[in-house]
Amino acid sequence: MNINLPAIRAIYKFEMARWGRTFLQSIVSPVIATSLYFVVFGAAIGSRITEIDGISYGAFIVPGLIMLTLLTQSVANASFGIYFPRFTGTIYELLSAPISPFEIVVGYVGAAATKSILLGLVILGTAWFFVPLEIAHPWWMVGFLVLTAVTFSLLGFVIGLWADGFEQLQLVPLLIITPLTFLGGTFYSIDILPPVWQTVSLFNPVVYLVSGFRWSFFEIADVGVGISVAMTLFFLCVCLVAVWWIFKTGYRLKS
Amino acid sequence: MNAGPPHWRLAPNLAIRPFPLASPSPMQPVISVKNLSKTYASGFQALKDINLEIGKGEIFALLGPNGAGKTTLISIICGIVTPSSGSVTVDGHDIITDYRAARAEIGLVPQELTADMFENVWSTVSFSRGLWGKWDNPAYIEKVLKDLSLWDKKDDKLMTLSGGMKRRVLIAKALAHEPTILFLDEPTAGVDVELRQGMWQAVRALRDAGVTIILTTHYIHEAEDMADRIGVINKGELILVEDKAELMHKLGKKQLTLQLHQALDKVPAELASHHLALANGGSELIYTYDTQGPRTGITGLLTDLSAAGIRFKDLDTTQSSLEDIFVDLVRQDRQ
Ligand SMILES: Nc1ncnc2c1ncn2[C@@H]1O[C@H](COP(=O)(O)OP(=O)(O)OP(=O)(O)O)[C@@H](O)[C@H]1O
Ligand SMILES: [Mg+2]
Repeated sequence: MNINLPAIRAIYKFEMARWGRTFLQSIVSPVIATSLYFVVFGAAIGSRITEIDGISYGAFIVPGLIMLTLLTQSVANASFGIYFPRFTGTIYELLSAPISPFEIVVGYVGAAATKSILLGLVILGTAWFFVPLEIAHPWWMVGFLVLTAVTFSLLGFVIGLWADGFEQLQLVPLLIITPLTFLGGTFYSIDILPPVWQTVSLFNPVVYLVSGFRWSFFEIADVGVGISVAMTLFFLCVCLVAVWWIFKTGYRLKS
Repeated sequence: MNAGPPHWRLAPNLAIRPFPLASPSPMQPVISVKNLSKTYASGFQALKDINLEIGKGEIFALLGPNGAGKTTLISIICGIVTPSSGSVTVDGHDIITDYRAARAEIGLVPQELTADMFENVWSTVSFSRGLWGKWDNPAYIEKVLKDLSLWDKKDDKLMTLSGGMKRRVLIAKALAHEPTILFLDEPTAGVDVELRQGMWQAVRALRDAGVTIILTTHYIHEAEDMADRIGVINKGELILVEDKAELMHKLGKKQLTLQLHQALDKVPAELASHHLALANGGSELIYTYDTQGPRTGITGLLTDLSAAGIRFKDLDTTQSSLEDIFVDLVRQDRQ
């Protein structure tokens, strides 16, 4: 099998350059948002909840905050990246070029994931500024970071292919990703919920991501690490199948 | 564009021919469209059973009124629209099962001016080259931009360019990967006269270098000037495909109009063999003849006229242009 490497590089470069033009905005707003979360949750709530599972509340929310940024940025970047050429019409070039769907996905999703991983690291740096942190399993941490970024960039890519207007492009992140993240144990351990809601939470994929990610920091988790990894991979596969189906059928791409 | 990339200079169509062929030579098809139909999701049938072969190295002009299906046909060959039935091969490669090889040959300049407005000229053209699987070649991109008079704009953002310049950027993008087949969907729409000349010069140079060119245009004299062959499409049907010279010959009549001293009521019987027609209240005699025929019959007509005592004060000849032919065809088809 031959792979069109120049095409992947061209798409990747193009997307990173687009990001580079608005680099400051892209970095500044998540950093400010994170700082605000620390002030509000860390200082206000943290003064009442001092510790969860032996971890200071300020430190406890760091993995959740990074995940929050990772999820929203991955979805936003990837969905916009592919929706924009559809909107302006420049998609004709992607459709008429000798590239496979696989190469298109690697280019766009790779770029979107890169951006959100970099942002995740920036958030980590910002957090360091507020609370002392020790990462128990740095390689697992990086692994979860990459896996989550790729999975949600894929989800964003699917949304970008599906959306029929800028409203729809905003709708999914707003109506699905943000609530799932907030209800996914980002700022609390799901142990503190009533049993019914604990069960409900187990249907939320974000719970597994946050839990696994938090484990890589503090070795505490709501669900087993193995289950976290398995669920993330499962979600990745679901997104891959969706992308594959869209390209196979030309859905919303070709008339 | 004589100093193009090596494969352009080789003019492969000349090199490959196994033996000299008597002219007109049967062409070596590089694009072959078979029984192609397209019905859009709306239920509208945009193409009906199209069969077409395009020869290597020729300039093929596709003419037809708005909505005839020109862009649809081009879009299917290029992979942007999926065909409903039928097949297309490009250089022997099926456009669906072997799309990589087929598309690698093709450069497309779309009809719509769509561009990444925030990109600059250089990077958007380089991007296209990458998409087609070629690594950077700044010297080549520089040449393309210079040929299209875009060199001084290379660092400008597309949104700051005029419409004609954007069109040329799209052409540069299509040429960025050194295609052997170039589709130009109304390339001269919105381009000023001087640049249009330059553009056609560039197109001729590409053809001389062996690139096959398929273009659509609404300026029929452009097709007349440029094309080797012409196809006319109307309401999704290919109603004519013909060598341009032959088409002009076949349908291209010449008329001799004689302005008479004295109006006639009817054509005199002794002139009946000339198939004349009266016009303008009998004050004009019109004689239609074929310029390519063995003899025009003008001498005989003039002799017979003076024998019949008919005198004229002025004469004038007109030849039907491709435009007339085209309008005729489409009108006939409509009836
Ligand atoms: N995506 C689509 N869905 C439905 N109908 C379409 C679509 N695209 C084109 N058509 C219809 O197909 C017909 C052919 O369109 P096409 O763009 O191929 O015409 P054209 O010959 O290029 O015309 P023009 O000279 O105006 O560019 C038109 O009637 C058009 O309305
Ligand atoms: Mg058109």
